[in-house]
Amino acid sequence: MTFTIPIDNGDALKNAEADSQRTLYPYVTGTSIVAIKYKDGVLMASDMGGSYGSTLRYKNIERMQAIGKHSLLGASGEISDFQEILRYLDELVLNDNMWDDGNSLGPKEVHNYLTRVMYNRRNKFNPLWNTLVLGGVKNGESYLGMVSMIGVSFEDNHVATGFGNHLARPILRDEWRADLSFEEGVKLLEKCMRVLLYRDRSAINKLQIAKITEEGVTVSQPYSLKTFWEFSAFHNPTAGAQGSW
Amino acid sequence: MFRNQYDTDVTTWSPTGRLFQVEYAMEAVKQGSAAIGLRSRSHVVLACVNKAQSELSSHQKKIFKVDDHIGVAIAGLTADGRVLSRYMRSESINHSFTYESPLPVGRLVVHLADKAQVCTQRSWKRPYGVGLLVGGLDESGAHLYYNCPSGSYFEYQAFAIGSRSQAAKTYLERRFESFGDSSREDLIKDAILAVRETLQGETLKSSLCTVSILGVGEPFHFLDQETIQNVIDTFEKVAEEEEGEAGEGEAEGEAAAAAAPAEQGGSGDQDVAPMEM
Repeated sequence: MTFTIPIDNGDALKNAEADSQRTLYPYVTGTSIVAIKYKDGVLMASDMGGSYGSTLRYKNIERMQAIGKHSLLGASGEISDFQEILRYLDELVLNDNMWDDGNSLGPKEVHNYLTRVMYNRRNKFNPLWNTLVLGGVKNGESYLGMVSMIGVSFEDNHVATGFGNHLARPILRDEWRADLSFEEGVKLLEKCMRVLLYRDRSAINKLQIAKITEEGVTVSQPYSLKTFWEFSAFHNPTAGAQGSW
Repeated sequence: MFRNQYDTDVTTWSPTGRLFQVEYAMEAVKQGSAAIGLRSRSHVVLACVNKAQSELSSHQKKIFKVDDHIGVAIAGLTADGRVLSRYMRSESINHSFTYESPLPVGRLVVHLADKAQVCTQRSWKRPYGVGLLVGGLDESGAHLYYNCPSGSYFEYQAFAIGSRSQAAKTYLERRFESFGDSSREDLIKDAILAVRETLQGETLKSSLCTVSILGVGEPFHFLDQETIQNVIDTFEKVAEEEEGEAGEGEAEGEAAAAAAPAEQGGSGDQDVAPMEM
């Protein structure tokens, strides 16, 4: 955990030095999250990479975490901000548990809480640089929603962040069904993740798939997808342009 | 209860371990006009007696909607009750805004109790002089709580507070075991019958009582006069005709005997402050 000693330089909009106290750009980032509702709940997939600009610096980052009994949070964007959000949620869940009164936070409540946090930070020009995916099941009802760093929030049957929006969602729009079984869901997610692996330069071939159902959350062990690079066009790629590489 | 040297401020203990100011605050609750609450597994009914200062004025509002799923009936200092209702509404709406989800009534009641406790431990404050019957829903169904000025709260199947509430409580004690499975209509009927007990002879009319209900799939709302009168008619029809004249004579006699405000609170030998209803 990193600490910043708070320096009160005043209003970030009026005082130049105060800028150093608000978010300007992300540093260590995670790439896409893809998630779908399926028959028994929600499935979510993410890779384990943390990029430092164009360098694939960290290769063992878990970007999905269980929240309370009923929810699963996945994050793309700044990893340190994700960790900060996890601390907020930890406190939230702790206080909820301390009531010990039979009521518990469901995915809808967590999603809305996160929306409030993200939007309020955005209003102060100091965003948490993440796009969050919140999935869960409570009382038999599946829930899947997203919050962006500017506080845009919505629910859907399938969501994706970052590159996933462009590469994975078209696949999901064509092939998603409400009654997907677990195996079909995983296959569908792997199809999306494979496309992302080929086309997103910040993706790495080490992914996890998480499942949340009425029983709870399970996050799989990391594994890699089979890829195929033996396309004939990749043999002797500079054939058409001598001297290039 | 008699005046003694330990009752001047709320932060003074008596040698027997009592906080007299808190107990006096609870007396204020007993002086207010009756409020009754009862619940089944899925519904909560709150009912109260309508009391007006005089024939010229309107009656005091004693039941408040806190949210679609929570209502509160008060007895005692109505100004304190109004302020606490506003606090409850505020807590409820803030929770809804942040979590898009109704605040569980059990948690609201604890916030309320903590707020009341603060007033029993600051020398510059006084306890709230109002008792609150809070009815609401949470994940485990319908609940009824009583919050008192001391800062404690209890959960009830049925309860009554305010003046002549003992009569209502006796009625409820006989019947409460069946309330859990009561239908909505039976619950309303029992509430109105309990109100009748506190009137002690006065004819029960729909203008004399306010009844509210909330439940699973039914947001908090007041029952209109017609509905209440219909329920009254189902059990008063025969009795009303016989008792009509006798009841009127009784009511007139009581009005003459009471002090300046035509309040039926208290045992009649103490003046009741106009601010208490």
